[in-house]
Amino acid sequence: MTVTFREFITEIHGMGFGALFLSAFSGALMVIYRLCTPGKSSPLSKSEQTLFGAYLISMVVLAWGAVLSGAYFVYPWYRAHPPAGVTDLTEYPQRSLMANPSTAGWHDVGMEWKEHVAWFAPIAMTMVAYVVIKYSSQLGRHRQVRNAVVTFFAAALFAAGIAGFFGAMINKHAPVIGGATMKLMGGAK
Amino acid sequence: MSPHGNHADPEHSAPTIPNGSAAAAILAAGVGCASVSICAWLGDAIPSIAHFFNWYHPTGPLSGVSTTAITTWLMVWAFCHRRWKGQAMPMGIIGAFSLICLGVGFLLSFPPIGDALQGR
Repeated sequence: MTVTFREFITEIHGMGFGALFLSAFSGALMVIYRLCTPGKSSPLSKSEQTLFGAYLISMVVLAWGAVLSGAYFVYPWYRAHPPAGVTDLTEYPQRSLMANPSTAGWHDVGMEWKEHVAWFAPIAMTMVAYVVIKYSSQLGRHRQVRNAVVTFFAAALFAAGIAGFFGAMINKHAPVIGGATMKLMGGAK
Repeated sequence: MSPHGNHADPEHSAPTIPNGSAAAAILAAGVGCASVSICAWLGDAIPSIAHFFNWYHPTGPLSGVSTTAITTWLMVWAFCHRRWKGQAMPMGIIGAFSLICLGVGFLLSFPPIGDALQGR
């Protein structure tokens, strides 16, 4: 069982940062709901507030980790141009997708959208974390702040969802591969 | 007395924090999201701008687009925070403007809409 270096970094980008960030939304949503409905939900204790602050900061780190690793490690491999005369486009995913009309849309729409909209997630999530940590249970008193926070939180989820969906589909049609091969487990007997 | 028990709730008896810091963060986030899409759209529409944004060749224009947008976001946040901290701001207007920026960002980032605005 082997994996190439580029595949490994792509996994870190997509699964290590992106998927973990997306899966953290449900937990954050429940606590933000508690903070925003002080009359209906039990207030957070001091230790719960501290723990939730750490949880939100972790989400911010994951979001920035996803976009930065994507933009500066995976994307350059994705968009690399093959040298003149190269006909095997296996290690050139963008060129491979664009060479076939049935897959060109994954680049023209999918990657073109994903590479920009993905940045909304860390920007929005950083704001959400800052406001929630600073205002904490006082969010219940600021209706308009609360509404904006929830909207940007949803926007971060939507943006990350778009990026995650297209990232997975593009990597399915034209995977980022290449670099040194790493052996994860022993081969067949 | 707290609505959920017999103990006084210090969070709800504490003075309300003014909304200025939150308003600055929310406005900046909206502007930051719009900046990503506006810079990307300009780079897509005008080759010389795309060339200008090519700050790190392996990543291409995305490097300049994202760095410019992040710088804009942080500068707007720092500027507004300095001016609004500790103040009560008209959150309705600021929130609406931020959401409009967010909406513009999403619409402009979607390639079919960006291309249509460029007449393609």
